[in-house]
Amino acid sequence: MKFSKKNKAEAVIPTASLPDLVFLLIIFFMVSSVFKEFRGIPVRLPSAKQIEKLPGKRNVAYIYANERDLISIDDRFVDLKEISKIMYAKCTDPLVPLRVVSLRIDERANMSFVSKIQEELRVAGGAALNVNYSTKTASQ
Amino acid sequence: MMVEKKKTRTTTIPTATLPDVAFLLLLFFLVTTTIDVDKGLSLVLPPKGETKEVSKKNILNILINAEGKVMVDDAEMEISMLKTVIQNKIAENPNIILSVKTDANTSYRDYIRVLDQLKQANAKKISIAEPEKS
Repeated sequence: MKFSKKNKAEAVIPTASLPDLVFLLIIFFMVSSVFKEFRGIPVRLPSAKQIEKLPGKRNVAYIYANERDLISIDDRFVDLKEISKIMYAKCTDPLVPLRVVSLRIDERANMSFVSKIQEELRVAGGAALNVNYSTKTASQ
Repeated sequence: MMVEKKKTRTTTIPTATLPDVAFLLLLFFLVTTTIDVDKGLSLVLPPKGETKEVSKKNILNILINAEGKVMVDDAEMEISMLKTVIQNKIAENPNIILSVKTDANTSYRDYIRVLDQLKQANAKKISIAEPEKS
């Protein structure tokens, strides 16, 4: 009995467009990556379970505050009384209008200090009223 | 005089290693990228000078003292219990406003723990009272 010889089909994956693909991916990562910028003072954040994500980074103002009542905004130590002025200026910025204020407060800080910061934000008004208490994710 | 015919040279840049280079760059960006999103508990503060009259029966007082002990309407309880208690209270009265009052020396950590419990209980009406001077 004779077997008919099978035709050998050569299968090649075209790799000519591989560089294009890879470059596309590179560009994506180059554009989307944010090198971690740390602007503030070291704080130990509290942890919570029911947390929400912040909408991006552009329209967020960060207020760092530690347990020794030091406040830092945009890499600069500020006085408590200056917060409302700074936040009001950020709210009315035509280029990057403020949407959320992220409070990165040390968990050892006391509430009278936190309340004073909140009072300043209330004075600033507008978008500065949207606060987000920055926390870590609590382990379940 | 004879004019010499110029030889046409073809120059090619070898592109065989291009994917390798690109992959190297890709790997670098993949490794160094930190897509870290900021997360936390959101709250909207009331504007300055805004006060509202609220009837007493619609207010639930949650007090936190300097030691981190919590009291809900004159009953002391654990922070971890707060979620179920608040859920029941909201089910009883959907209009209830949760007034969180702290001591001046209450730690921010305890405040966040309480706020987290209230958020877990799906509380929408949360009011933050000014800390009491001790």
